[in-house]
Amino acid sequence: MSLLSFMQWLESTRLSVAFHESIWSFPIVESVHVLGLCLFLGMAVLTDLRLMGVTLRRVPVSEVFARVLPWTWVGALIMVCSGLVLFLNTPVRYYTNIFLRVKFVMLFLAVLNAWVFHSGIYRKVRQWDRQLPTPIYAKVAGALSLLLWGGIVVAGRMIAYNWFDQR
Amino acid sequence: MLFAFFKWCEASWLGKSISGSVYMFPVIEAVHLLALAVIGGAVLIVDMRLVGLGLRETPTSQVARDAEPWLIWSLIVMLVTGFMLMTSEAMRCYYNGAFWLKMWSLLFAMIFTFTIRRRVAAKDTVTPAVAKLTAIISVLLWSGVGIGGRGIGFY
Repeated sequence: MSLLSFMQWLESTRLSVAFHESIWSFPIVESVHVLGLCLFLGMAVLTDLRLMGVTLRRVPVSEVFARVLPWTWVGALIMVCSGLVLFLNTPVRYYTNIFLRVKFVMLFLAVLNAWVFHSGIYRKVRQWDRQLPTPIYAKVAGALSLLLWGGIVVAGRMIAYNWFDQR
Repeated sequence: MLFAFFKWCEASWLGKSISGSVYMFPVIEAVHLLALAVIGGAVLIVDMRLVGLGLRETPTSQVARDAEPWLIWSLIVMLVTGFMLMTSEAMRCYYNGAFWLKMWSLLFAMIFTFTIRRRVAAKDTVTPAVAKLTAIISVLLWSGVGIGGRGIGFY
């Protein structure tokens, strides 16, 4: 089964049709997605800015991660769940949408960036916990994360516009 | 008077250039959303601290002090881009219930944030009950702004 035929099957399911035909479902889930963005990206932005040494400068990096990261995960869970439900609205259209594809590539890169950071330099955080300015690699990881998440937000918003839709 | 103002907005050079362009509205909207992420973080990190979550080892006053410039600057970006978006479809907004929900929530959220919440967060001596109540009101008011804002596009 190709991915496209999977999307076509998904679009024909009762769940997808019901979601698509409902007046309230899409706006409600979309609002959850936007409020979840405040929690998830709000926490991610603060963490990234701390890595760059521009805010919460007197709070040790390890404390920011220990206290804020759990909430970033809660936000991520809300974003993934509401995002998947939104996808049910018109699976074929989203699957062929260029902005959705760009968003997913950037999502992959953002997760990769976070993984490289956590499995690498973050292991030695005790050595630079209070160091200001923060080490260059922490700055790069934070800036890269900000750029990618910003791009994901912009691409995500653009999914709604049908400039490049196949008709 | 409000009606005349909205009519004037829509007929203004700014409103016409945005509504006459295919890309301007989405681009301004994207900037509006990027600032939303920043304001979301700046508001929530303080409200979470007031409830006793998040940066618990750091005094509330310090969290609030660090968050304040981000709150103010992202709010300015939100207000400017939001006003631009409004001018491009001012008459639609005027007759849009979600828009007015957003405007009233925004008014109360701003007043609350820069008076009561600012004072509560600056003192580390308020009782937990007062701190919690402040945080809950703040989150509810700002959520109203977000929900109303998202609703403008749907109704």
